[in-house]
Amino acid sequence: MMNIFLLAITAVLIENFVFVKFLGICPFIGVSKKISTAVGMGIAVIFTMTVSSALTWPVHYFLLQPFDLSYFDTIAFILIIAAVVQLVEMYLRKCIPSLYSALGIYLPLITTNCAVLGISLLNVTKGYNFIESVLYGFFSGVGFLLAIVLLSLVRERIKFADIPTPFRGVPIVLIAAAILSIAFMGFQGLKLPF
Amino acid sequence: MDIVAVLITVAVMSVLGAVLATALAFAGKIFEVKKDERIEKIIQILPGVNCGGCGYTGCEKYAEAVVKNGEEVNLCTVGGGPAVDSLSVIMGVNAEKKQRKRAQVMCRGTCEHVKMKYDYVGLDDCFSVSKLGNGPKECRYGCIGLGTCVKECIFGAIKIKDGLAVVDYDKCRACGVCVNSCPQGIIRLVPYDSSVWVCCSSGEKAPVTREVCDTGCIGCGTCKRVCPENAIELENNVAVIDYSRCTGCGICSEKCPRKIICMKEIRSEMNSGKEGDDSDI
Repeated sequence: MMNIFLLAITAVLIENFVFVKFLGICPFIGVSKKISTAVGMGIAVIFTMTVSSALTWPVHYFLLQPFDLSYFDTIAFILIIAAVVQLVEMYLRKCIPSLYSALGIYLPLITTNCAVLGISLLNVTKGYNFIESVLYGFFSGVGFLLAIVLLSLVRERIKFADIPTPFRGVPIVLIAAAILSIAFMGFQGLKLPF
Repeated sequence: MDIVAVLITVAVMSVLGAVLATALAFAGKIFEVKKDERIEKIIQILPGVNCGGCGYTGCEKYAEAVVKNGEEVNLCTVGGGPAVDSLSVIMGVNAEKKQRKRAQVMCRGTCEHVKMKYDYVGLDDCFSVSKLGNGPKECRYGCIGLGTCVKECIFGAIKIKDGLAVVDYDKCRACGVCVNSCPQGIIRLVPYDSSVWVCCSSGEKAPVTREVCDTGCIGCGTCKRVCPENAIELENNVAVIDYSRCTGCGICSEKCPRKIICMKEIRSEMNSGKEGDDSDI
């Protein structure tokens, strides 16, 4: 139980995928204009990360490793992630069309979201077992959700602020993201022997 | 190289791919979304260039809006008249065809006409230069001439000639992408067959305009006085033609002391001396 708690703290705060590992920046900047779409994107990423962790783990340990094909991890994982994202897309189009249209191009782009591929590869390099992998995937997704929601809160306020012309648009968002990232460096002090 | 290892690799990856493909095929059946047939038909008719001229993000979105929200069927400027006809048949409505338009750069400040403030070396993009004192030309309002509109135009209808963007009317489909891409806001959509237009957008007072450009509008108002249809107004020291009233008589062009109200006939004269392409000043 303690382990799971530590895993959660590590994945969400100390090694936040966006702010500390700098993975998944494209949707982080792309769909953080509004809280509603940010939350939708976050949940889609949580789902994709969890499911792809759950799928890539057995593929690595029961399919690739017995044949000494561990060097094929990346390619096999990309295949699986692409399939999972397709699944998420189909589901959203059928069941939540409003979110589907709000996410737009960024939904298929989860496929190329390095955070999702990163989680699958990290699970293997860190040598997690199946349960840990799935939990790590889930909590990293939660970390992404936290990051994107924080940024969308900032951006909703930035919209009404009087910003110097050269900084309007993406530049001020990058600056805001940088400051958030610095704030997250504070959690490094919590680093646990895990 | 061990051939068996290669075969195993191929087999493993193929099996993985096949399993995923089957799973997706089943999921596709389960999560199938029934589409209105009319959407498909409309998408077939629309040009499919996704220019955004209709105000939607692409042809597909426009087709959806037409079918689901009852959007007007005459918004596609690229498809023009034939598209409006076909869409009207599909949707069972009677839509008025819109007048064909074209983009017009409201500036004639080529390098020989306008003075330069500085030499610009850097990003080939009008937006970034427009932040540096509104571009390298002395005129704050004119065409910057780095061709952001050229890059944006999906029909290849704009060219840069002597530091000025010129529109090829035959290729222009009036989607309006260039209008939004110009940081100076000097590209406007005018009726396709309009014969006169003011080749300047300068909001400066007469002395300043005279100082920086040979061919700027000084806002004297002669055209406004001579226009028999009262179709010309002065806005911010520059003449603006109201095309709903303009009959194309050409008196304004004749009387303009600076000769900056262009007419089609004058345009062809001007072009005849230069290289023989069909683009325009």
